[in-house]
Amino acid sequence: MNRLQTLFNTKKNNLLSIYFTAGYPELDSTLKVAEALEIAGVDFIEIGFPYSDPVADGPTIQHSSERALENGMTLHLLFEQLKNLRKHVSIPILLMGYVNPIVQFGVEKFCKTAAEVGVDGIIVPDLPMYEYEAMYAKYFIDNNLSNIFLVTPQTSEERIRKIDELSNSFIYLLSSSSITGGSLNVSANIEDYYRRIKTMELNNPAIIGFGISNHQTFQKACEYAAGAIVGSAFVKFQATDNYIDNIPDFIYSIKN
Amino acid sequence: MKYGVNDLGYYGDFGGAYIPEMLYPNVEQLRQEYLKIIEDPAFKAEFDELLRDYVGRPSPLYHAKRYSEKYGANIFFKREDLNHTGSHKINNAIGQILLAQRLGKKRIIAETGAGQHGVATATVCALKGIECIVYMGEVDMKRQAPNVARMKMLGAKVIPALSGSKTLKDATNEALRDWIGNPVDTHYIIGSVVGPYPYPDMVAKFQSIISLETKKQLKEHTGNELPQYVMACVGGGSNAMGMFYHFLDDESVKLVAVEAAGKGVDSGESAATTFLGREGVLHGSRTILMQTDDGQVVEPYSISAGLDYPGIGPQHAHLFKIKRAQYVSITDDEALKAGLLCSQLEGIIPAIETSHALAYLEKMHFKKDDNVVICISGRGDKDLDTYIKYFGY
Repeated sequence: MNRLQTLFNTKKNNLLSIYFTAGYPELDSTLKVAEALEIAGVDFIEIGFPYSDPVADGPTIQHSSERALENGMTLHLLFEQLKNLRKHVSIPILLMGYVNPIVQFGVEKFCKTAAEVGVDGIIVPDLPMYEYEAMYAKYFIDNNLSNIFLVTPQTSEERIRKIDELSNSFIYLLSSSSITGGSLNVSANIEDYYRRIKTMELNNPAIIGFGISNHQTFQKACEYAAGAIVGSAFVKFQATDNYIDNIPDFIYSIKN
Repeated sequence: MKYGVNDLGYYGDFGGAYIPEMLYPNVEQLRQEYLKIIEDPAFKAEFDELLRDYVGRPSPLYHAKRYSEKYGANIFFKREDLNHTGSHKINNAIGQILLAQRLGKKRIIAETGAGQHGVATATVCALKGIECIVYMGEVDMKRQAPNVARMKMLGAKVIPALSGSKTLKDATNEALRDWIGNPVDTHYIIGSVVGPYPYPDMVAKFQSIISLETKKQLKEHTGNELPQYVMACVGGGSNAMGMFYHFLDDESVKLVAVEAAGKGVDSGESAATTFLGREGVLHGSRTILMQTDDGQVVEPYSISAGLDYPGIGPQHAHLFKIKRAQYVSITDDEALKAGLLCSQLEGIIPAIETSHALAYLEKMHFKKDDNVVICISGRGDKDLDTYIKYFGY
């Protein structure tokens, strides 16, 4: 069992996860930010590795990715930075990024290196289910890494069932079909969608992401799911002065 | 078809549908419906009628006598430049707008580099009275201002892509982002044989009219439907795939695909994907693309905006890998000179994209009786400024 699975076995509600892009705003702040997030009371962390063409991301994460690449961030460097991860951080860590950098790094080597530094799960938005199952799953399983799938309001029940079968920690529920950095949509249709997921009684808990930016949206998400992920709002906050010192205040403002 | 796509959307090692879940329902609907729709007799009848009466097909196969004399073979030009809107792009745009109508879509989005595909899409949207949004890199909008004006005149909304390098690949990213946010009412008309399955196959099928007509026309000219050589330029590769399509299984026909070397393949300013690229994933398919060791997409360069793309379609990647087609490259200078030569020997000013294919004739070694078909993918009106500046007219 990895840290992610242990977490979901012990805590069922109000889980908060934060996303940030490795290499932004400073090249070498990855561990410092992760450490500060754990101390501030975050339940798990998604560390994004930047890609030149992030099609599922809105302007905020596009910008942080561009800056991170300009700063010189690469997958090799990120793994180097994470070498001592588990001396500093004990909460579950996910890596999130697009498939091409993983292909170039080598899928098997990527999974092995991730596991070695203490990563628990991977989110690859543009890795389809078929390709995962046919070509990637064995490396994930061998290295005890959870693969996280996305589900949108348009995902069919049959497909959600299949995703549930292939998942072993949580399912990433998108608040709407959108790129990152939008606002949480709580129209009647969306409430129906959350309820629909809830009544399906899936094996894996759901975490809501995309559009969670403050206490109100976090709380709303927690009514329907085990917790929520804040991404763009945190990346925006990282552009403010002394952001590392202010991380506890930011997290407090989301939770309370 | 031996070189066609398999049931999973792959050509050998290439293809597939590497898309975020948000795009899955749309792409899956296309996958399930596209063959049914395009093989339906009513669809075929409407497609053929529009190609004939609106586009002006069949496009002529012209025996270029002065070229033949110069290069010591029988050179034929497949005249896609004579199509309505000035290039082969309209073939695919007509096919996809008819498909979008049958899928019940109310809104069309497209990406464009040089503006030829944007103009073709704006044209078919005007024809059918459907809302049209074209994404175009901010840099390309400045380079290709007349085509921006054409699209607007045709009623399309042109949105500048402000991300990344602000060129074709970024326009494609923006179009994909739009589609993610508008999953129900919108169809994305991709302009080349790129993107997630089924796009590469669908676009190839709509463009395959080029080689279908060529076979028939060549038989009328020479008594044999098979030439020794078929040549075309390649950016994403839609005119080349249309030109190759019905010759793929005829192994005696040599296929030559000409990429843009820009200022030279080793200059750091090039778009010669098969020389400079490696296998990876770009815009939804596994293919060959120009990238760094870390897997970041490298911005290509070519004087021709239509060839200025860091990848090639997955079927091209397959034909390259198994060596069914030969992939070569031509520099900016060589292409521009070939454009001038074609203007003065045959009275045809070709698009700079096309000039790349023409330029490679200089490097071929033909036998006297060889029949050679070269795809004149577009006309040079849009490139007059570039030609004028280069030659100082």
